[in-house]
Amino acid sequence: MSLWEYANPRRFMDTTGWLTPWLAAAAAICLAVGLVWGFFFTPDDFRQGSTVRIIYIHVPAAMMAINAWVMMLVASLIWLIRRHHVSALAAKAAAPIGVTFTLIALATGALWGQPMWGTWWAWDPRLTSFLILFLFYLGYMALWSAIDDPDTAADLTAITCLVGSVFAVLSRYAANFWNQGLHQGATLSLDAEENISDVFWLPLLVCIAGFVLLFLTLVLVRTRTEIRARRLQALLLRERMA
Amino acid sequence: MPDLGEYAFAVLASYGVTLILVAGLVGLTIRQRARVARQLAEVEARMAPRDDA
Repeated sequence: MSLWEYANPRRFMDTTGWLTPWLAAAAAICLAVGLVWGFFFTPDDFRQGSTVRIIYIHVPAAMMAINAWVMMLVASLIWLIRRHHVSALAAKAAAPIGVTFTLIALATGALWGQPMWGTWWAWDPRLTSFLILFLFYLGYMALWSAIDDPDTAADLTAITCLVGSVFAVLSRYAANFWNQGLHQGATLSLDAEENISDVFWLPLLVCIAGFVLLFLTLVLVRTRTEIRARRLQALLLRERMA
Repeated sequence: MPDLGEYAFAVLASYGVTLILVAGLVGLTIRQRARVARQLAEVEARMAPRDDA
């Protein structure tokens, strides 16, 4: 079986119809367990005190803000190269989720930064690239809304997505490129011997799984809605032409 | 409830903002899904007799 079979809207709807409730349930369980574990059953950090609890929402939200854009980039490339409508609609569906995660990362970062750095905001490389990513999300969604022809909208938003990917990559690696910022280095890294203590790491891992599953659930539900909306438009057009 | 000390505002506000934004996103997603599904069902029901003819 080929992955491209899911480019067929009917096949996509059939498969995701039964998958979505399971993903939603898994997301709810992971988020409930991870957040309750992190908030109620982990100790204060010796330097950051109780603010360390913000890590359970800030880090997963920031990760998913970037990964949502990467998913949109892959879907946009598939649209540009192979012209599969489902991929264009999946990219469109992911944008509101990505912008929400970006806003959560920015807001929780500011709330965390104020007591730790003494400021809500600094023009730090990672913070600034994240703000630009947020603006790209808004621009991407505005472009979809502004163009009536769906194929033209998909083309132009795909190009916007390619350009915005520079800032998605910068958001991910800015803390490694530049050292002059206030933001600390990456909290989690595959090449580090130890990232953070297991007492924080394990509930964080569950929260990350919860955010990933929440993202997947919402992307599937929203893509299904976009496919239905596209069919609705086609039927209404057919009705008017009859 | 853990003792959040002097950072209670930062921690609770972070969780509060996240809860509001995620709940808003989920609510909007469910509402849009229901609206589009209802409209599509109406149009399909309206067009079904014509397709049969």
